[in-house]
Amino acid sequence: MSEQQTHIDPEQEVEPSSFKLIGTLSFAGFVSGLILVSVYLFTKPIIEQNKADAMREAIFTVLPGTTTFKTLVLENGELTEADKAGEESVFLGLNDQNAMTGFAISGKESGFQDIIGVLYGYDAVNRRIIGYQVLDCKETPGLGDKIFKNTAFVANFTALAVEPEIVLVKNGAKQQPNEVDAITGATISSKTVVKLLNRSMEKWKAPIDRYLTANPSPVNP
Amino acid sequence: MADSNDSPVMGKEFLKGLWKENPVFVAVLGMCPSLAVTNSAINGIAMGLASTFVLIGSCALVSLLRNVIPKPVRITTYIVIIATFVTAVDFTLEAFLPAIHKELGAFIALIVVNCLILGRQEAFASKHPIGLAVADATGMGLGFTFALLSLGGIREVLGNGSLFGIDLFGAGYEPWIIMILPPGGFFTLGFLLLIFSWVEQRRKLRTQQPS
Repeated sequence: MSEQQTHIDPEQEVEPSSFKLIGTLSFAGFVSGLILVSVYLFTKPIIEQNKADAMREAIFTVLPGTTTFKTLVLENGELTEADKAGEESVFLGLNDQNAMTGFAISGKESGFQDIIGVLYGYDAVNRRIIGYQVLDCKETPGLGDKIFKNTAFVANFTALAVEPEIVLVKNGAKQQPNEVDAITGATISSKTVVKLLNRSMEKWKAPIDRYLTANPSPVNP
Repeated sequence: MADSNDSPVMGKEFLKGLWKENPVFVAVLGMCPSLAVTNSAINGIAMGLASTFVLIGSCALVSLLRNVIPKPVRITTYIVIIATFVTAVDFTLEAFLPAIHKELGAFIALIVVNCLILGRQEAFASKHPIGLAVADATGMGLGFTFALLSLGGIREVLGNGSLFGIDLFGAGYEPWIIMILPPGGFFTLGFLLLIFSWVEQRRKLRTQQPS
């Protein structure tokens, strides 16, 4: 029986035809493609749902009191309401009385090892950052990951003034409302977060202000 | 065609991967994931089990198709089979265990090029019937998982003061951060390799001098 045949004598072996070789590889590729497409189609909606859930949860965390939110997309420098979040979008949080709780804005910046992705809550009326959550972080475990594990560092972002700009200071030296206490031993990761917030604010402050001037109704902090 | 001595052979093929031919501690294969993702016990287990699943699936398939796949294109075909399993695992983990998937990141996709997996196809599955191939793959996979768990466990306890995320020593413990950084992977692996070969050497000495 062929199952017991564990060795084929090389001399007895006939060189297989090119057709057989091409046929085998094409068949393997075809079956593999079929399997992969099925798995992809099956898991895609679940993966997207997971991401949407994670984003939802993060929005509720960075904007305390939020119960619903609107998605706003940046088009030609103006914010307009949209059903789905795109590359350039922010979320307007609303509480149960339909009053604005703030804007949830995501930003990315290269950290010590890889891209750090952050979602933060921005109170456009008082010009302060009121909440902060790290979405993506592959920083050094034990050091760089303190940007979300260290409660003292995270506490910097509960009422952080964004004007004139956010400034990183040595740990314990924070005095002004626009200053952030750095994490000892994770300076680059701390710097990255501050840089990310400043750059993101620079980009979004003006469109958000214009949006609020055009739509004054939700402003009721 | 089940021979009477089938099961002892199968048991032997299964057991060899766990200890005597352990892929990490004896054969020193698959070092990339062994060092890169073992900064916690749970990551070690997840990586080990993902690799085990790929190993069993691809070994079974390669063994079944061993008389069909022409020799000149066998490696290419093996890689296609392995890559299919890996990509399926990648999507499945992302859908059902997103936290683990995020933690393991790019290393899931890199299972494709783990030499342990391709090595087992070429050295074993392509020459043996499916029962033995699966026994071999399961043993090797579990041996790999055991090794990754040992590495991850030791590094997490020393480097973070916890095991499976449960705090062990309280606030007074100052973790050895280096253990969860890349050098800690090398230290731990070196230390475990030392122990492994020491135990093996003692065993050999004992069998050589019957009391």
